[in-house]
Amino acid sequence: MHRLHAPHNQPSGDESPAEAVATTRRALIGTAAGLGAAALVAPGVVLHTLSAQAETAPITNKSRWGLLIETDKCAEGCRACIEACDHEHGLDRQVPEGSPSKWEQQKAVWIRKVKLQDNQTGRITQLPLMCQHCEHPPCVDVCPTGASFKRADGIVMVDRHLCIGCRYCMMACPYKARSFIHHNTTGQLTAVPRGKGCVESCNLCVHRRDYGQDSTACADACAATGHHAILFGDLKDPESPIRRRMREIQNRQIREDLGLNTGVRYAGI
Amino acid sequence: MAKATVMAILAAGLVMGAFAYAKAAEIKRYVVDGSQAAGLPSCVEPTERMRRMHMEFIKHQRIATVHQGIRDTKYSLAGCVDCHVSYDAQHSPRPINQPDQFCGACHRYASVKLDCFDCHAAVPKGLDGDQASRADGLTQGGGR
Ligand code: SF4
Ligand code: SF4
Repeated sequence: MHRLHAPHNQPSGDESPAEAVATTRRALIGTAAGLGAAALVAPGVVLHTLSAQAETAPITNKSRWGLLIETDKCAEGCRACIEACDHEHGLDRQVPEGSPSKWEQQKAVWIRKVKLQDNQTGRITQLPLMCQHCEHPPCVDVCPTGASFKRADGIVMVDRHLCIGCRYCMMACPYKARSFIHHNTTGQLTAVPRGKGCVESCNLCVHRRDYGQDSTACADACAATGHHAILFGDLKDPESPIRRRMREIQNRQIREDLGLNTGVRYAGI
Repeated sequence: MAKATVMAILAAGLVMGAFAYAKAAEIKRYVVDGSQAAGLPSCVEPTERMRRMHMEFIKHQRIATVHQGIRDTKYSLAGCVDCHVSYDAQHSPRPINQPDQFCGACHRYASVKLDCFDCHAAVPKGLDGDQASRADGLTQGGGR
Protein backbone atom coordinates (compact mmCIF):
# COMPACT_ATOMS: atom_id res chain seq x y z
CA MET A 1 0.00 0.00 0.00
CA HIS A 2 2.77 2.40 -0.74
CA ARG A 3 0.98 3.97 -3.63
CA LEU A 4 0.54 7.01 -1.44
CA HIS A 5 -0.36 10.47 -2.34
CA ALA A 6 0.59 12.24 -5.50
CA PRO A 7 3.34 14.75 -4.87
CA HIS A 8 1.88 17.94 -3.52
CA ASN A 9 3.43 20.56 -5.65
CA GLN A 10 3.00 23.40 -3.26
CA PRO A 11 5.77 25.88 -2.86
CA SER A 12 7.82 24.81 0.13
CA GLY A 13 6.43 27.61 2.27
CA ASP A 14 9.92 28.93 2.65
CA GLU A 15 9.54 32.63 2.91
CA SER A 16 6.27 33.05 4.78
CA PRO A 17 5.90 35.83 7.34
CA ALA A 18 5.88 35.27 11.11
CA GLU A 19 9.52 36.27 11.27
CA ALA A 20 9.02 38.72 14.10
CA VAL A 21 9.28 36.25 16.96
CA ALA A 22 11.94 34.30 15.16
CA THR A 23 14.53 36.95 15.80
CA THR A 24 14.41 36.20 19.50
CA ARG A 25 14.74 32.52 18.86
CA ARG A 26 17.66 32.99 16.55
CA ALA A 27 19.40 35.21 19.09
CA LEU A 28 18.70 32.60 21.69
CA ILE A 29 20.17 29.81 19.66
CA GLY A 30 23.16 31.99 18.99
CA THR A 31 23.74 32.42 22.70
CA ALA A 32 23.30 28.78 23.47
CA ALA A 33 25.59 27.74 20.65
CA GLY A 34 28.19 30.05 22.10
CA LEU A 35 27.85 28.32 25.44
CA GLY A 36 28.24 24.96 23.75
CA ALA A 37 31.36 26.05 21.97
CA ALA A 38 32.87 27.18 25.25
CA ALA A 39 32.43 23.68 26.60
CA LEU A 40 34.13 22.06 23.64
CA VAL A 41 36.59 19.51 24.97
CA ALA A 42 37.67 17.53 21.94
CA PRO A 43 36.74 17.77 18.30
CA GLY A 44 33.19 16.61 17.92
CA VAL A 45 32.61 16.08 21.63
CA VAL A 46 30.55 18.77 23.22
CA LEU A 47 29.71 18.74 26.89
CA HIS A 48 26.16 19.88 26.83
CA THR A 49 25.42 22.81 29.02
CA LEU A 50 22.57 21.45 31.03
CA SER A 51 20.96 24.55 32.33
CA ALA A 52 20.49 25.62 28.73
CA GLN A 53 17.88 28.26 28.09
CA ALA A 54 14.36 26.95 27.66
CA GLU A 55 12.39 28.12 24.66
CA THR A 56 9.85 30.74 25.67
CA ALA A 57 8.26 31.75 22.36
CA PRO A 58 6.44 29.48 19.93
CA ILE A 59 8.72 27.99 17.31
CA THR A 60 8.37 29.41 13.83
CA ASN A 61 8.95 28.25 10.27
CA LYS A 62 12.02 30.42 10.07
CA SER A 63 14.09 27.24 10.38
CA ARG A 64 13.67 23.83 8.94
CA TRP A 65 15.77 21.24 10.68
CA GLY A 66 17.32 18.40 8.78
CA LEU A 67 20.22 16.03 8.39
CA LEU A 68 22.74 15.43 5.66
CA ILE A 69 24.12 11.91 5.67
CA GLU A 70 27.28 11.17 3.75
CA THR A 71 26.96 7.45 3.24
CA ASP A 72 30.53 6.93 2.06
CA LYS A 73 31.75 8.11 5.47
CA CYS A 74 29.46 5.74 7.35
CA ALA A 75 31.48 2.76 8.50
CA GLU A 76 30.24 -0.79 8.27
CA GLY A 77 29.53 -2.25 11.71
CA CYS A 78 29.59 1.12 13.47
CA ARG A 79 26.54 1.65 15.65
CA ALA A 80 27.55 4.85 17.38
CA CYS A 81 24.59 6.89 16.14
CA ILE A 82 22.09 4.20 17.08
CA GLU A 83 23.53 3.78 20.55
CA ALA A 84 23.66 7.52 21.12
CA CYS A 85 20.04 7.86 20.05
CA ASP A 86 18.93 5.03 22.34
CA HIS A 87 20.80 6.67 25.17
CA GLU A 88 19.55 10.19 24.49
CA HIS A 89 15.91 9.14 24.50
CA GLY A 90 16.03 6.44 27.14
CA LEU A 91 15.27 3.64 24.68
CA ASP A 92 18.09 1.67 26.31
CA ARG A 93 16.41 2.02 29.71
CA GLN A 94 13.58 -0.26 28.66
CA VAL A 95 13.56 -3.55 30.51
CA PRO A 96 12.92 -6.47 28.14
CA GLU A 97 9.57 -8.17 28.54
CA GLY A 98 8.31 -11.42 27.07
CA SER A 99 10.44 -13.79 25.01
CA PRO A 100 13.83 -12.47 23.86
CA SER A 101 12.98 -12.94 20.18
CA LYS A 102 9.73 -11.06 20.49
CA TRP A 103 11.47 -8.30 22.40
CA GLU A 104 14.15 -8.00 19.73
CA GLN A 105 11.50 -7.72 17.02
CA GLN A 106 9.30 -5.28 18.83
CA LYS A 107 11.54 -2.88 20.71
CA ALA A 108 11.55 0.71 19.60
CA VAL A 109 14.11 1.67 16.97
CA TRP A 110 14.59 5.27 15.92
CA ILE A 111 17.61 4.74 13.65
CA ARG A 112 18.31 1.62 11.58
CA LYS A 113 21.41 0.85 9.63
CA VAL A 114 20.37 -0.31 6.19
CA LYS A 115 22.91 -2.01 3.98
CA LEU A 116 22.37 -1.65 0.26
CA GLN A 117 24.09 -3.70 -2.37
CA ASP A 118 24.07 -2.92 -6.05
CA ASN A 119 23.59 -6.39 -7.52
CA GLN A 120 25.32 -5.50 -10.74
CA THR A 121 28.49 -4.01 -9.32
CA GLY A 122 28.52 -5.38 -5.79
CA ARG A 123 28.99 -1.89 -4.39
CA ILE A 124 27.81 -1.72 -0.81
CA THR A 125 26.35 1.38 0.81
CA GLN A 126 25.70 1.93 4.51
CA LEU A 127 22.60 3.91 5.18
CA PRO A 128 21.52 5.13 8.61
CA LEU A 129 17.78 5.49 8.18
CA MET A 130 15.50 7.41 10.50
CA CYS A 131 12.32 9.45 10.15
CA GLN A 132 12.96 11.63 7.13
CA HIS A 133 10.93 14.55 8.46
CA CYS A 134 8.99 14.85 5.24
CA GLU A 135 7.62 18.23 4.31
CA HIS A 136 4.45 16.46 3.17
CA PRO A 137 4.39 13.60 5.66
CA PRO A 138 2.16 10.65 4.75
CA CYS A 139 2.04 9.72 8.45
CA VAL A 140 0.36 13.04 9.21
CA ASP A 141 -2.05 12.64 6.29
CA VAL A 142 -3.39 9.34 7.56
CA CYS A 143 -3.41 9.95 11.31
CA PRO A 144 -7.07 9.98 12.37
CA THR A 145 -6.52 11.90 15.59
CA GLY A 146 -4.03 14.59 14.67
CA ALA A 147 -1.43 12.94 16.90
CA SER A 148 1.09 12.78 14.06
CA PHE A 149 1.96 16.34 13.25
CA LYS A 150 4.64 18.54 11.79
CA ARG A 151 6.01 21.37 13.89
CA ALA A 152 6.53 24.75 12.31
CA ASP A 153 10.26 24.06 12.18
CA GLY A 154 9.75 20.91 10.11
CA ILE A 155 10.13 18.30 12.84
CA VAL A 156 7.57 15.53 12.45
CA MET A 157 6.53 13.86 15.66
CA VAL A 158 3.75 12.14 17.59
CA ASP A 159 1.76 13.88 20.28
CA ARG A 160 1.38 10.94 22.61
CA HIS A 161 -1.51 12.60 24.38
CA LEU A 162 -3.53 12.15 21.20
CA CYS A 163 -2.15 8.91 19.78
CA ILE A 164 -4.59 6.02 19.97
CA GLY A 165 -2.07 3.48 18.77
CA CYS A 166 -3.90 2.59 15.56
CA ARG A 167 -0.60 2.42 13.66
CA TYR A 168 -1.96 3.85 10.41
CA CYS A 169 1.12 6.05 10.33
CA MET A 170 3.39 3.02 10.47
CA MET A 171 1.66 1.63 7.41
CA ALA A 172 1.80 4.93 5.57
CA CYS A 173 5.46 5.75 6.21
CA PRO A 174 7.51 4.77 3.16
CA TYR A 175 10.66 4.59 5.28
CA LYS A 176 9.48 2.19 7.98
CA ALA A 177 10.60 4.82 10.43
CA ARG A 178 8.10 4.33 13.22
CA SER A 179 7.91 1.99 16.19
CA PHE A 180 5.03 0.98 18.38
CA ILE A 181 5.51 0.63 22.12
CA HIS A 182 4.07 -2.72 23.17
CA HIS A 183 5.05 -2.82 26.81
CA ASN A 184 4.79 -0.75 29.94
CA THR A 185 7.77 1.54 30.10
CA THR A 186 9.89 2.36 33.12
CA GLY A 187 12.60 4.86 33.88
CA GLN A 188 11.60 7.43 31.29
CA LEU A 189 13.64 10.58 31.08
CA THR A 190 11.99 13.87 31.96
CA ALA A 191 12.76 15.28 28.53
CA VAL A 192 11.47 12.21 26.69
CA PRO A 193 8.14 10.93 27.97
CA ARG A 194 7.23 7.64 26.30
CA GLY A 195 4.79 4.90 27.02
CA LYS A 196 2.81 1.86 26.03
CA GLY A 197 0.27 2.09 23.24
CA CYS A 198 1.83 4.96 21.33
CA VAL A 199 3.84 5.19 18.16
CA GLU A 200 7.15 7.02 18.16
CA SER A 201 10.04 7.83 15.87
CA CYS A 202 13.06 10.09 15.49
CA ASN A 203 12.17 13.61 16.60
CA LEU A 204 15.47 15.25 15.66
CA CYS A 205 16.20 15.53 19.39
CA VAL A 206 13.36 17.98 19.80
CA HIS A 207 14.22 18.65 23.45
CA ARG A 208 17.65 19.80 22.38
CA ARG A 209 16.04 22.13 19.85
CA ASP A 210 13.88 23.62 22.56
CA TYR A 211 16.76 24.07 24.95
CA GLY A 212 18.92 25.76 22.36
CA GLN A 213 21.45 23.01 21.80
CA ASP A 214 22.68 23.02 18.26
CA SER A 215 23.11 19.31 17.47
CA THR A 216 21.54 15.90 17.61
CA ALA A 217 22.79 12.91 19.59
CA CYS A 218 23.46 10.91 16.43
CA ALA A 219 25.45 13.65 14.72
CA ASP A 220 27.53 14.22 17.87
CA ALA A 221 28.22 10.51 18.29
CA CYS A 222 29.16 10.05 14.66
CA ALA A 223 31.55 12.99 14.85
CA ALA A 224 33.04 11.59 18.07
CA THR A 225 33.97 8.38 16.25
CA GLY A 226 35.74 10.52 13.66
CA HIS A 227 33.48 9.49 10.80
CA HIS A 228 31.50 12.73 10.50
CA ALA A 229 28.87 11.05 8.35
CA ILE A 230 25.88 12.91 9.86
CA LEU A 231 25.48 16.66 9.72
CA PHE A 232 22.59 18.36 11.48
CA GLY A 233 21.39 21.85 10.70
CA ASP A 234 18.97 24.39 9.37
CA LEU A 235 17.98 23.71 5.78
CA LYS A 236 16.56 27.19 5.39
CA ASP A 237 19.69 29.08 6.41
CA PRO A 238 21.89 29.44 3.32
CA GLU A 239 24.91 29.99 5.53
CA SER A 240 24.45 27.00 7.82
CA PRO A 241 27.15 24.30 7.59
CA ILE A 242 24.58 21.81 6.35
CA ARG A 243 23.50 24.05 3.49
CA ARG A 244 27.08 24.83 2.57
CA ARG A 245 27.90 21.14 2.47
CA MET A 246 24.78 20.44 0.44
CA ARG A 247 25.96 22.95 -2.12
CA GLU A 248 29.34 21.27 -2.30
CA ILE A 249 28.35 17.67 -2.74
CA GLN A 250 25.72 15.89 -4.69
CA ASN A 251 22.91 14.64 -2.48
CA ARG A 252 19.39 13.38 -2.84
CA GLN A 253 16.29 12.14 -1.11
CA ILE A 254 15.49 8.49 -0.71
CA ARG A 255 12.39 7.75 -2.77
CA GLU A 256 12.38 11.26 -4.16
CA ASP A 257 9.76 10.01 -6.63
CA LEU A 258 7.25 10.26 -3.80
CA GLY A 259 7.64 14.02 -3.75
CA LEU A 260 7.71 14.24 0.04
CA ASN A 261 10.59 16.72 0.19
CA THR A 262 12.34 15.00 3.05
CA GLY A 263 14.40 16.87 5.62
CA VAL A 264 17.02 14.13 5.64
CA ARG A 265 19.28 14.04 2.60
CA TYR A 266 21.81 11.43 1.52
CA ALA A 267 25.05 11.81 -0.35
CA GLY A 268 26.71 8.91 -2.09
CA ILE A 269 23.62 6.99 -3.10
CA MET B 1 -24.57 -10.79 58.05
CA ALA B 2 -26.29 -7.47 58.60
CA LYS B 3 -24.18 -6.89 61.68
CA ALA B 4 -20.99 -7.61 59.78
CA THR B 5 -22.00 -5.14 57.07
CA VAL B 6 -22.71 -2.41 59.60
CA MET B 7 -19.38 -3.09 61.24
CA ALA B 8 -17.63 -2.90 57.89
CA ILE B 9 -19.29 0.40 57.05
CA LEU B 10 -18.39 1.80 60.45
CA ALA B 11 -14.83 0.66 60.07
CA ALA B 12 -14.62 2.16 56.61
CA GLY B 13 -15.99 5.43 57.94
CA LEU B 14 -13.40 5.45 60.68
CA VAL B 15 -10.63 4.77 58.23
CA MET B 16 -11.81 7.54 55.94
CA GLY B 17 -12.07 9.95 58.84
CA ALA B 18 -8.63 9.07 60.06
CA PHE B 19 -7.33 9.40 56.51
CA ALA B 20 -8.73 12.90 56.07
CA TYR B 21 -7.31 13.94 59.43
CA ALA B 22 -3.93 12.47 58.70
CA LYS B 23 -3.99 14.19 55.31
CA ALA B 24 -4.44 17.63 56.82
CA ALA B 25 -1.58 16.98 59.18
CA GLU B 26 0.60 15.60 56.43
CA ILE B 27 0.10 18.20 53.75
CA LYS B 28 3.48 19.70 54.52
CA ARG B 29 5.12 16.37 53.85
CA TYR B 30 4.36 16.87 50.18
CA VAL B 31 6.43 19.98 49.70
CA VAL B 32 10.12 19.47 49.15
CA ASP B 33 12.23 21.62 51.47
CA GLY B 34 13.95 24.37 49.57
CA SER B 35 11.86 23.80 46.43
CA GLN B 36 10.05 26.60 44.65
CA ALA B 37 6.79 25.53 46.29
CA ALA B 38 8.31 25.79 49.77
CA GLY B 39 8.85 29.49 49.24
CA LEU B 40 5.35 30.23 47.97
CA PRO B 41 2.15 30.77 49.97
CA SER B 42 0.41 28.51 47.45
CA CYS B 43 1.28 26.74 44.21
CA VAL B 44 1.33 28.48 40.81
CA GLU B 45 -2.36 29.11 41.48
CA PRO B 46 -4.23 29.23 44.81
CA THR B 47 -4.59 25.77 46.31
CA GLU B 48 -8.35 25.56 45.82
CA ARG B 49 -7.93 26.38 42.17
CA MET B 50 -5.12 23.88 41.78
CA ARG B 51 -7.28 21.15 43.27
CA ARG B 52 -10.09 21.75 40.83
CA MET B 53 -8.28 22.93 37.75
CA HIS B 54 -4.85 21.34 37.59
CA MET B 55 -5.81 19.04 34.75
CA GLU B 56 -7.01 22.01 32.70
CA PHE B 57 -3.75 23.84 33.32
CA ILE B 58 -1.71 20.81 32.36
CA LYS B 59 -3.79 20.18 29.26
CA HIS B 60 -3.24 23.65 27.89
CA GLN B 61 0.44 23.80 28.61
CA ARG B 62 1.03 20.39 27.06
CA ILE B 63 -0.18 21.74 23.73
CA ALA B 64 2.12 24.72 24.03
CA THR B 65 5.01 22.43 24.80
CA VAL B 66 4.52 19.59 22.36
CA HIS B 67 3.29 21.61 19.38
CA GLN B 68 4.94 24.97 19.84
CA GLY B 69 8.10 23.98 21.65
CA ILE B 70 7.53 26.37 24.54
CA ARG B 71 9.42 24.89 27.43
CA ASP B 72 9.14 27.43 30.21
CA THR B 73 5.46 26.91 30.86
CA LYS B 74 3.99 27.74 34.22
CA TYR B 75 2.04 24.52 34.69
CA SER B 76 4.69 21.98 33.85
CA LEU B 77 4.20 18.43 35.09
CA ALA B 78 7.93 18.17 35.73
CA GLY B 79 7.42 21.18 37.98
CA CYS B 80 4.77 19.34 40.03
CA VAL B 81 7.17 16.45 40.47
CA ASP B 82 10.12 18.67 41.41
CA CYS B 83 8.32 20.36 44.29
CA HIS B 84 5.99 17.64 45.54
CA VAL B 85 7.91 14.39 45.37
CA SER B 86 9.09 12.86 48.63
CA TYR B 87 12.28 11.09 49.48
CA ASP B 88 12.95 7.86 51.33
CA ALA B 89 15.57 7.32 54.03
CA GLN B 90 18.25 6.79 51.38
CA HIS B 91 17.37 10.19 49.83
CA SER B 92 15.98 8.50 46.73
CA PRO B 93 12.86 10.13 45.36
CA ARG B 94 9.70 8.05 45.59
CA PRO B 95 7.54 7.93 42.46
CA ILE B 96 4.93 10.64 42.90
CA ASN B 97 2.13 8.47 41.51
CA GLN B 98 2.43 5.80 44.20
CA PRO B 99 -0.80 5.57 46.21
CA ASP B 100 0.76 7.19 49.27
CA GLN B 101 2.38 10.07 47.41
CA PHE B 102 1.29 13.57 46.43
CA CYS B 103 -0.39 12.83 43.11
CA GLY B 104 -1.13 9.18 43.80
CA ALA B 105 -2.74 9.67 47.22
CA CYS B 106 -5.14 12.37 46.08
CA HIS B 107 -6.07 10.48 42.95
CA ARG B 108 -6.74 7.39 44.99
CA TYR B 109 -8.83 9.37 47.45
CA ALA B 110 -10.86 10.90 44.62
CA SER B 111 -10.93 7.61 42.73
CA VAL B 112 -9.60 9.21 39.58
CA LYS B 113 -7.25 7.26 37.35
CA LEU B 114 -3.83 8.83 36.95
CA ASP B 115 -2.33 8.09 33.54
CA CYS B 116 0.26 10.85 33.24
CA PHE B 117 3.07 8.77 34.68
CA ASP B 118 2.56 5.88 32.30
CA CYS B 119 4.73 8.02 30.03
CA HIS B 120 6.16 10.83 32.16
CA ALA B 121 8.94 10.41 34.69
CA ALA B 122 7.46 10.14 38.18
CA VAL B 123 10.64 11.19 39.94
CA PRO B 124 12.35 14.52 39.45
CA LYS B 125 15.17 14.51 37.00
CA GLY B 126 15.12 17.67 35.00
CA LEU B 127 17.72 18.00 32.30
CA ASP B 128 20.57 17.47 34.72
CA GLY B 129 18.86 14.46 36.18
CA ASP B 130 18.28 13.07 32.72
CA GLN B 131 21.99 13.27 32.11
CA ALA B 132 22.66 11.38 35.34
CA SER B 133 20.02 8.76 34.49
CA ARG B 134 21.54 8.27 31.12
CA ALA B 135 24.86 7.72 32.82
CA ASP B 136 23.57 5.04 35.17
CA GLY B 137 21.63 3.27 32.45
CA LEU B 138 18.77 1.03 33.57
CA THR B 139 17.67 1.12 37.23
CA GLN B 140 15.66 3.38 39.43
CA GLY B 141 12.42 4.16 37.91
CA GLY B 142 10.41 6.92 36.50
CA GLY B 143 7.15 5.45 35.18
CA ARG B 144 6.10 2.92 37.75
S1 SF4 C 1 9.65 9.48 7.30
FE1 SF4 C 1 7.76 8.44 7.82
S2 SF4 C 1 7.38 8.99 9.96
FE2 SF4 C 1 8.88 10.46 9.17
S3 SF4 C 1 7.67 12.20 8.41
FE3 SF4 C 1 8.00 10.86 6.65
S4 SF4 C 1 6.21 9.52 6.66
FE4 SF4 C 1 6.26 10.47 8.68
S1 SF4 D 1 -0.79 5.29 15.72
FE1 SF4 D 1 -1.07 7.29 16.75
S2 SF4 D 1 0.17 8.71 15.56
FE2 SF4 D 1 -0.04 6.86 14.30
S3 SF4 D 1 -1.81 7.24 12.98
FE3 SF4 D 1 -2.61 6.20 14.80
S4 SF4 D 1 -3.19 7.83 16.24
FE4 SF4 D 1 -1.88 8.78 14.65
